[in-house]
Amino acid sequence: MRVDLRAIAEMVAPGAKVLDVGCGDGDLLAWLGEHKGVDGRGVELSQAGVNACVARGLSAVQGDADTDLVDYPTDAFDFVILSQTLQATRNPRAVVTELLRIGRHAIVSFPNFAYWRVRAHLLLRGTMPMTSCLAEPWYATPNIHLCTIRDFVDLARELGITIERGLAVDRSGRARGVGGTGTIANIFGEQAVFLLTTGR
Amino acid sequence: MTVVNTPDQLPSAPSPALDTAPEGGHSKRALLGLDAPLQLDSGALLGPLTVAYETYGTLNATKSNAVLVCHALTGDQYVASINPVTGKPGWWTGLIGPGQAVDTDRFFVICANVLGGCMGTTGPKDLNPNSCKPFGLDFPVITIADMVRAQAMLIDHLGIDSLFCVIGGSMGGMQVLQWAAAYPQRVFAAVPIATAARHSAQNIAFHEVGRQAIMADPEWREGRYLDQGTRPRAGLAVARMAAHITYLSEPALHRKFGRRLQARDRLGFSFDADFQVESYLRYQGSSFVERFDANSYLYITRAMDYFDLAQPHDGVLSAAFKGTKTRFCVVSFTSDWLFPTPENRKIVHALNAVAANVSFVEIETDKGHDAFLLDEPEFNRTLTGFISSAWAARQKTMP
Repeated sequence: MRVDLRAIAEMVAPGAKVLDVGCGDGDLLAWLGEHKGVDGRGVELSQAGVNACVARGLSAVQGDADTDLVDYPTDAFDFVILSQTLQATRNPRAVVTELLRIGRHAIVSFPNFAYWRVRAHLLLRGTMPMTSCLAEPWYATPNIHLCTIRDFVDLARELGITIERGLAVDRSGRARGVGGTGTIANIFGEQAVFLLTTGR
Repeated sequence: MTVVNTPDQLPSAPSPALDTAPEGGHSKRALLGLDAPLQLDSGALLGPLTVAYETYGTLNATKSNAVLVCHALTGDQYVASINPVTGKPGWWTGLIGPGQAVDTDRFFVICANVLGGCMGTTGPKDLNPNSCKPFGLDFPVITIADMVRAQAMLIDHLGIDSLFCVIGGSMGGMQVLQWAAAYPQRVFAAVPIATAARHSAQNIAFHEVGRQAIMADPEWREGRYLDQGTRPRAGLAVARMAAHITYLSEPALHRKFGRRLQARDRLGFSFDADFQVESYLRYQGSSFVERFDANSYLYITRAMDYFDLAQPHDGVLSAAFKGTKTRFCVVSFTSDWLFPTPENRKIVHALNAVAANVSFVEIETDKGHDAFLLDEPEFNRTLTGFISSAWAARQKTMP
């Protein structure tokens, strides 16, 4: 399973009701169902991903995080997961708000644009950075709203969201930086995983 | 209008000779509503009534493995066995049978001819006990909900409390939705395929063309053709031809026929069937007449037209599914223009709005609405995956 997915899976409480937004082929949902007895549902933009999920016995619907989350009722899930998708949404701020309306907790992971290799790439080469988390060249990337760990922490504060846990994760999946929300995390975290709540 | 049959004038009494003899001799039949007649949406009462059905596989000891399959407009109960009228294999033999997506080694599959049908379930060609003649247009107008009520009576009759799964495409999908909305406790899983929660204006319009073709046929005789010894063959065939076009897609028609000529190498400059597609439609029309009753066609298309699951809930579809525990799998096909993906997606949105357990798969195909009846490997995989995971979930809930 993908590095950030492993970190996310650890944050989910056993037996919880989970909505995985951008669930892909359902790897995380399958793992959560098998190991944590989670009642999981998925939303995925690609029809191929949805069909793969359903064929392997998972519940998934084709949908777009930007437009379809409004259909779900408030507090319908214990956890709503958005992994490596936030940066590809048209309105990340609205999406994060929706996540925490639908779920009592949200878990968000995204590539950290302040990662030192990203900074170094732009500084030294002067071209758009490419890393294992930002794998496509600038003209082909689906990412339109990249942010840094510090940006996200600021957004959470602005929206009145509590960061219950923050993890800065490196390529091998190890957590870096104390708390995962500070300056060290912002420099050495290749990706970030946040467990959020509004404390409703 | 109230229609109450007395038990000594059963609607299962042999119908007057119909040259097509569409009543299959093999079906099981249940005589229902002897104690209390069926209350129809129109206000009429109907009973007792006969429901003709087929079953496959064995009901297990806990009666937890029953799968109800709902047929489409012109389908019948012969879902996985030879149709005695046409001699052709069942309409879903690719999905239902030993080792198939709906595995009859594991599940007890039930498929009943719908109320108003002409394959053994009480319909307009049966005898009206008040006149001792076929009902014709004296048969009460029925709805999808009425069809489902009759099916529920059959399920009661079979001693089954809760169905493991209800599956159906097109009009069958409407019945699946009606089952899930009306009897949520009795439906563990539901698979509405290529369907809609309400019949669209365009689809009502197509149905009206079909009905007008039948009623314009002088042989129709205001619906009294059975006692007057005629049959509105031309009208019913035209209705079928028009409907059949809506079941296909332009790419599928083009692939199958293009503008190729039929048994000739140049245009005939006449109104014979020059083109293969004309000849094909004429065949579809004429073979349909041999197995279907014109008045049944009127009643069943009307039932579809009236279907609107949101209407009793002030137009809010999700209210029809509030609190549902049923697991849904909605399926649509990309080239289906009769029940296009957006119609199916409305169902999914409504189910999301009540946080129901719902899957939605759109299958890429150029075969149009008919794709749900044809061999589509992706559809097969979807259904297999959904059914087996739902079955695993059901077994966890069993004592």
